[in-house]
Parts: sequence; structure tokens; C-alpha cells
Amino acid sequence: MSDLIGFIPLAPLLGFLFIGFLNKSLTKGWVSFFACGAVFVAFILSSVLFFNLLNAPEGQAAFTYTAFDWITTGNFSVSFSFLVDPLSATMMMIITGVGFLIHVYSVGYMYHDDGFRRFFMYLNLFIFFMLLLVMGSNYLLMFVGWEGVGLCSYLLIGFWFKNQDYNDAAKKAFIMNRIGDLGLILGVILIFVTFGSINYADVFSKAGEFPVGSEIITWITILLFVGAIGKSAQIPLYTWLPDAMAGPTPVSALIHAATMVTAGVYMIARNNVLYTLSPFTLEIVTVIGLATALFAATIAIAQNDIKKVLAYSTVSQLGLMFVALGLGAFTTGIFHMATHAFFKALLFLGAGSVIHGMSDEQDIRKMGGLRKYLPITFITFLVGTLAIAGIPPFAGFFSKDEILANAFAHSKVVYAVGAIASLLTSFYMFRLFFLTFSGENRASEEVKHHIHESPKSMTIPLMVLAVLSLIGGFMGVPEVLGGSHALNNFLSPVFAQSAQIAGEHHHLDHSTELILMGLIVGLTLVMIFIAYSIYVRRKSVPTSNEASLGAAHRLVYNKYYVDEAYNTVVVKPLYFLSKVFDSVVEKLLIDNIVNGTGKAITWGSKTLRLVQTGNTGFYILAMVISIIVLLVSRSFL
Amino acid sequence: MLTTLLILWPLVGAAILLALDARFAKPWALTVSLIELVLTIVTVAQFQPDATTQFVVNYPWVASLGINFYVGIDGISMLLVILTTVLTPLIILSSFKNSYEKHISFYSLILFMEMALVGVFVALDGFLFYIFWEMALIPIYFICLRWGGVNRGAVTLKFFIYTLAGSLVMLVGLIYLYYQTPGEHSFAVEALYAAGQNLPASTQSLIFWAMFLAFAIKMPVFPFHTWQPDTYHTSPTQGTMLLSGIMLKMGIFGVIRWLLPVVPQGVNEWASTAIILSVIGIVYASCLAIVQKDLKRLIAYSSIAHVGLIAAGLFTLNKIGMQGAMIQMISHGIVVVGLWYIIDIIFSRTTTQEIASLGGIRNSAPIFTTVFVVIMLGSVALPLTSGFVGEFLLINSVFQFNNIIGAVAGLTMILGAVYMLRSFQQTMLGEANVRTQNFIDLGLNEKLVLYPIVVMVILIGVYPAPLLKISEAAVNNLHQILTNYQALSQ
Repeated sequence: MSDLIGFIPLAPLLGFLFIGFLNKSLTKGWVSFFACGAVFVAFILSSVLFFNLLNAPEGQAAFTYTAFDWITTGNFSVSFSFLVDPLSATMMMIITGVGFLIHVYSVGYMYHDDGFRRFFMYLNLFIFFMLLLVMGSNYLLMFVGWEGVGLCSYLLIGFWFKNQDYNDAAKKAFIMNRIGDLGLILGVILIFVTFGSINYADVFSKAGEFPVGSEIITWITILLFVGAIGKSAQIPLYTWLPDAMAGPTPVSALIHAATMVTAGVYMIARNNVLYTLSPFTLEIVTVIGLATALFAATIAIAQNDIKKVLAYSTVSQLGLMFVALGLGAFTTGIFHMATHAFFKALLFLGAGSVIHGMSDEQDIRKMGGLRKYLPITFITFLVGTLAIAGIPPFAGFFSKDEILANAFAHSKVVYAVGAIASLLTSFYMFRLFFLTFSGENRASEEVKHHIHESPKSMTIPLMVLAVLSLIGGFMGVPEVLGGSHALNNFLSPVFAQSAQIAGEHHHLDHSTELILMGLIVGLTLVMIFIAYSIYVRRKSVPTSNEASLGAAHRLVYNKYYVDEAYNTVVVKPLYFLSKVFDSVVEKLLIDNIVNGTGKAITWGSKTLRLVQTGNTGFYILAMVISIIVLLVSRSFL
Repeated sequence: MLTTLLILWPLVGAAILLALDARFAKPWALTVSLIELVLTIVTVAQFQPDATTQFVVNYPWVASLGINFYVGIDGISMLLVILTTVLTPLIILSSFKNSYEKHISFYSLILFMEMALVGVFVALDGFLFYIFWEMALIPIYFICLRWGGVNRGAVTLKFFIYTLAGSLVMLVGLIYLYYQTPGEHSFAVEALYAAGQNLPASTQSLIFWAMFLAFAIKMPVFPFHTWQPDTYHTSPTQGTMLLSGIMLKMGIFGVIRWLLPVVPQGVNEWASTAIILSVIGIVYASCLAIVQKDLKRLIAYSSIAHVGLIAAGLFTLNKIGMQGAMIQMISHGIVVVGLWYIIDIIFSRTTTQEIASLGGIRNSAPIFTTVFVVIMLGSVALPLTSGFVGEFLLINSVFQFNNIIGAVAGLTMILGAVYMLRSFQQTMLGEANVRTQNFIDLGLNEKLVLYPIVVMVILIGVYPAPLLKISEAAVNNLHQILTNYQALSQ
């Protein structure tokens, strides 16, 4: 079984190389075939491993495979080796499964683009790195994937490279991620210094020797979390993700919603043992997650670009996942990550279908009434919206409810803020939904004339994802609703050690749980109704005139001016400092000292310059002679 | 014997070249450098990756003064000989589309330079080392002076005097050590090690500075770097390649062979100073790179930043740091030669290397773009490129030395991305302008230079084990000397 493991990342890598080398000699059909086929192969192999793990006997909970030694020197050693346990298998299923659907979708979406081949190359390369990230059995291999997906994200955000705004967005994403990556790599180094190894197995088994609250573990977990903040777009490093919407929409669905941005969630879940040993860091994770969830949700309310709304929604949902992780509910975090992957990929692809049908229009103020033009997109988008809003029995309901239940058990404040963020989510999502699909179409006649439903290659992935968004929650039905939480059972070996350290988790009694469930669903319906009355009954359309907005509205419309603040506080000072270095320190200070020294010597030995004849031979001769003179004279002293 | 051959062959090649017809200069120079590469491959094949010095040749030269033609190759020398002999053919090949006047002397100077560089890396006699060290300066001085750009006279003079001043101080240090050797004085490396290690701490500190100054200027380490951007900028591309691809490694190699084991106590005393200077250099030079308007200057400053990290890691005296320095020397050499060539190609087609006047090259040159991207990724040390292995090991060692300094050194990850992505975006992306709209994609000759570089960048990044193994034992050995000494002095 373990022998299969190597082929899983290899398949998309070969796809990338194959398309890259054959390039022009492949037709678009073949490109699609190889690119989708490579991911499909990876999906099938992942499934085989997944079901093997599902049926594996107690105690045999992982497969490992070592390809070759990578870096070995002194006491440091790291190899290209893979670990497939329930956690990575779950991730692999999402990456290859959702990844495959998005590949298929892209065939239709990108068909008329000049960069069709390049697009699929990048997409396959992304799948390769993402698989490395989750399959690596040590921190450095995870880091390889971590930076590799960042590269693909960079390449794909700036996919339409003639537009410098897009290139700026790509550059911003890469640099902000690098800030996080520095934290991550320092964390990895600190792990190496502390444990003498960077293999998960060694580290986690030795971690037991550290007491809860150990200072060094706290530092390690904080540094790793800095990496997660960058990659998973949390406060304060979230501003790259909304800009990343410059990339083609399938990219937003795959990289900036379903997979890459959840790498931080995976990483913390993977390190559950270390995080459990550091309650302080867990508090930080909770606070940052909570703040991000609420903050991003408020911004999403006032955005008018269909992709921007979804982007802020993603930031907000990721925040909720971190809340779960911070509460020590690792399974819950992964659960929400999985359902989110389904419904957010669905929503993005739906948005792509809308944009495709509307001749590249992304402004929801110019949409409306698309229900009758795009029936399949409409139905599937509705499913996605219901799922993210948390209406039972759609997928988002179960996972979000589990987060809120955990929050309630931990602290009423966390619960209240989390609930507000969720309610805001249902409001802005239905605002988006109604403005896009109901009422009259507000597009120009020209655009209206061309509106069309997307081809099958796009609608079929939508339908599959809609089904997943509908039933995906059933992998984690709570006891109170008569379920057994299959996902929890499957993942439990991964979290066993930290469960032991954390001790008994307090559970809510069933009646409280039911009351909370009813409350949140009721309030969600109220939010939907409010959105309905504003945007359907009153047919209100957000104004294009910023001046007419109230102060608070303008603040969120402008995203709290965070980009502007970063520009003033970080970017400009850095350039100013560099300019000072360049014109003052370098040119005035250091160079003058050097030249001054030189001049003083030159002045002192002006006469000696006469020997400079420009003859090579003479120089060599002079040099050798002077050395010998020096030597001889020294030996007589 | 192989060692002597490795030194002499380029010299013989250069001599023959002088007698050849001008038409044959290019192919002959390339042939000589390729044969030299083959010689290296033969050497590597016979090389045992243990701590010993192999292929030793020891002839008396100036017997009365204890100066010998004493050369040999250990793991550390081996890697640098590989670097030199791999890069030289690529550098020669990179000049083929240029038509330099008097190109016979141009190519013979390059071959002469190769001889001196190999000599520096294999010399086991202090005086011989010094001779090769200075010999390497002569050809590069003339290359820069005769085929350089605007203001070359003043720039090369400054470069020449600055580095020569450093070397003279080093010579004083070497001669002082020589007089500390017992009995019939000797310049042999073992004798100098023994002499230096027995010196009192205060004298060791003096020797440390005498040697360090020469090496710090050569690399260069902040604040001894001001000759470098001007010289890199003014030199012809091949001169810049030789300077930054290979010659600056002389400084790092000098530290490894002729400083650390010679005055371990002086090193103990001053290593932290060297680390702090180097780390300041990383941040300082990276910031300067951000605001450069000229591509060549940008890469010049980035080179200071990268070398700063190598020096910092080396002076941690940590095994991981030393190995990181070794592998990063190789990677930096390959990547920087690639970058210079990329700038050369841009300049030759658009007649400018000013970032602001470029843009949109990607539209008409996809292959060139791909090559640029891979080499850039090597420069920003993305994992699975050659740059990452060294950078990770180096940051690791500096972080172990001191967490805060390590974190500051790590800023190179962020700042490197800032200046590289910015310059890439502004030269390659966006809409094309008058200068760039007809940019022709890579020709065969250019591919022959750049493809091997791209392959090496990825290959070393994915599978660095063979290179790490070559120097592992020698570095261990050096590390042992240093730790033994630290243990004794405590």
C-alpha cells in the first residue's frame, strides 16, 4: 500500500512537466486530458489509501514512504518522506477531489484564453505542492509545499500578466506570505534546536516530556502560527487575499478558498500536540480567529464585487476554523475546513459561471434576475448559499454549529462574537444571492444580449459540488441529532495524544445544544428575511455614490482603510529608510571615508604614481620584486 | 599530479591562445575550459569524500625561505574547484555573441584567471596562496579596465587599490605567522596552523583582523563593500560574472582555510563582530537593492546581502552553518552568473538596463521568461531550488547563535522577495514599450548557457546530497579543530 504513496504527488508533477515540455505540440484537448487525468489519478490513489485507512484495524493508522534523503549534514537530516494518516488522507481527498472538479471546470472556463496550457501547468504544479504540504512527514517538506503553493498562487494571481494591477496583487500575496513563512521557518528551526529532529514522529513523541505551558513550546507554536496567519489570511496579514481575486476564478475557488488558504488550519491540526501544550498560544489563535471572522464579515457586507464578497467571506470562515482550533476542537476545525471547501468552491465556481455568462462583469449592482438566464448556476449557488448560511441539513450547518457549541462551552463571549459573525455571513451571502439572481437584470443591453448558461464542463462540477454541499455535513452529525460523528472517529488517532494531555473536554448537555441550534437557525432565518426585504421587496441596489454613504458604511466600504494604513506604516517607511541608506549612509558616509582614506594615501605617495606605465609585465615584475624585498628585509630585522 | 594539471592546463591554454589566429580564439578558449572541466570530473571521480587532503603535490620552490609548491584538494577545495571549472566555460560561452576588440587577450585573461582561481583553492602553502590570490586580481583588473563601461578608469582603480590594500595587510599577517614557525621557517599550511594556534590571544586578534580585512573586502562584507557595486556595474558582463560568481568565493574560502583554523582564539574573540557586521550587511544591502534603478546595481547589492548571510553562517562556527556556506557558495555562483547573463541579454536587445524603461518582455519571450523565473526563484531561495538548501542551513546556524540575530538575518527571505519580484515585474511583465516590443526570445547560444544553469538550480535544490557529501568530512574536521580549541581554552 505504501508504494502507492509516491505516485500521488508524482502524477500532477508529471502532468506539469509533460504539458510544459510538449507545450505547443499539444492541442487544448490533450492538455485538458493530461492535466485533469493527472489529478484524477492522484484522486483515485488517494481514495484507495483513504478507504484502506477507514477500514484499517485499530492501531494501524498510517502509511509512510521515504523517497530519498534530501538534506543531510552534521546532526541535521531530512528526507523526502511521506506520511498518510487520517488527517493527511482527509486533506488529500479534498485536494484531489475538489481539485479534479475545478480542473474540469477550468477546461470550459479558460477555453478561449491564450494562456490555456500555461494555466493547466500551473494548476497541476499547485496540486503537486499542495500534496507535498499535507503529505510530508516532516516540517521541512511541509515547508516545501507551503512555499511551493505560494509560488503557484503568485503565478496564478498574476496570470494575466499584462495588467500591472494584477501583478501588484500577485507580488503582494507573495511578499505577505513570505512574512508568515519567515515565522514558520524560524519555528521549524526552533523545533530542530529543541527536539533535535524535524520529523513529526520524533517531535510528537518527545513533546510528551514537556510540561503544559512550557516556554519553548509556546515560542514554537507562536512562530508556526505566524506562518498560518500569512497563508490563511488572518489579521494582520489578510489583505493579500481579497486582492488575490485578480486571478482567474477557478484559481480563487481552488487556491484561495478550498485548499491553499486552509494550509494554516492543517498545520495547526497537525501540530495539535504542541498547541495543546501551550494554552497561551491557543488563546491567541482563538482571539485572532475570532477577530478576523467578525472583521472580515463586516467588510463583506459593503462590497459590491461578487468575488470580493466571497473573498472576505473566506477570510471570515477561516477565522471561524481558527476559533475551533484555538478551543482545542481540532476535529471541528478540520470538519469546517472540509465543508467549507465544498461550499466555497461551489460558490466561487458559481460566481465564475455568472462572470462567464455576464461577459466578465463582476459588479453585483449590474447583475440581477439571473435566475432565468442561468438556471443551473442559480440552483447550485442557492445550495452553496444555504450551506454557508448554516441552514440544516446543508453541510455548513453541522460544522458551524459544532464550532459554536464548542465556543459556548468555552466562553459565552467567544460564542456571542462567533454567532454574530455567522449571522453577518448569512446576511451578506443572501444580499449577494438576491442582488445577483432575483429581480430585474440591471446589465446593459449589450451584455444582456449575450448572457448564457455555462457549458457542461462547468455546470457538472457545480452540480457535484452542490451535492457535496448538501450531504457533506453528514460525515459529522452530532450525537444530539442521532449521529455518531464519523469524521471524529476517523481522525481520533491523530488527536489522541493531545486529547490525553488536555484531559476531559466539557460537553454541553443535549438540551442546551438543541436550544443553541434552534436559536442560531432561527436568527439566521431572520437575517435572510432582512436581506430579502431589503434587496427583493424594496429592490434596493447599493449606491455607486460613496459620498452618500454614512460614516460607518463608508468605513467598511473602504475596508477600514487597512491597506492605506499598511502603506503609511510599513511600505513608505521601508522605502524612506532605503533611500536614506542609499543617499546618506552609502554615498556620503561610507564612500567618503573610503575615498578619504584612499586620497590621503595617494597624496602621500604622489610621486610613486610615476611608476604606473600601463605595462602588464612591469606590474607583475614590480609586484614580485616588492614581495621579495619585503621578505628579505623582514628576515634581517 | 591532477592538481598540478588543473592549475597548469588553463595557463598552457592561455599561452597557446596568444599564438592562435583571432578566428580560433573563442572556440579554443571554450575548448580549454571544457577540458579543464573534464579534468575536474576525473578528479571528482577519484576523490574520496573523507577528511584527508588528496592529490597532494609538494615541490620545493624557494627552498631557502621554506616556500613550496604545495597543493592538494580536500572536500572544501573540491567544491570550489568544481564551481570554478563549471562556471568558466559558461562564462566564456556567454561572451560568444559579443565582439570584443582584441578578444585574444580577453580570452587569455579569462583562462589566466581560471588558473589563478584554481590555484587559490588548492594552495596549501601560505605564500603560494598569496601569489595565486594576487595573480587572480591582475586579469580581472585588465578585463574591467579594457572592456569596461563608462568611468571604468576611476572605478577599476578604486577596486584595485582597495582589494590590494586588503591583501597587503593579509601578507603582513602571513609573514608574521611564518616567523612564528619553529626552526627552518615554513609557509606550509600545517606549520602556519600550529604557529597561529600557539599565539597568545591578543596577537591572534591582530592576525585575525589582518586576514579578515582582506577576506572581508573581497567578499565584500559591510562596510567594506563600496568598491563592489561600481565595479560590478562598470565591468563587462564576463568580468562581473568572474568577480561575483567565483572571485568573491576566494574571500569566503580564505576565511575557511586561512583564518578559522589559524587563529581560533582570535576567531572566538571576534566572530560575533563578524556576524553582526554581516547581518547588518544583509539588511542594509537588501534595502539598497530595493531602491536601485539599474538592474546591475540591484543584483550587485543583492549579492552583498547573500554573501552577508554566508559570512554570518560561517562565523557561527556551527557545522550546519559551515556546510550551508559551502553549498550556498555553489548556489550563489550559479544563480548570480545566470542573473548577470539575463541582464546582459536584456541590455543587448533593448540597450538599457534601467528598470523603469523596461517592461512587457514576457509578451514576446516566453522561454526567456521561464528561465528568468527559475533563476529568480533560486535567488529568493524557494524550496527545491539550490538557494534554499544553503539559506535554510545558514539561517538555522545564525538562529542557533542568537535567536534575534537569526531572525534579522531571516529578513533576507522577505526583502529578497521584495526587490527581486519588483524588478521582475517591472522588466518582464505589463505592456511592452518601444524598446521591448520586438524582444527576441533566447537563441541557441544563450540557451546553451542558461539551460545548464536552470538545470543546476533545480537539481541542487532537489538533490543536494552529493555536493554536501563532498565537503562534509572536511568541514567536520575543521569543526573538530575549532571545538577542540574552544574546549582547551575554557
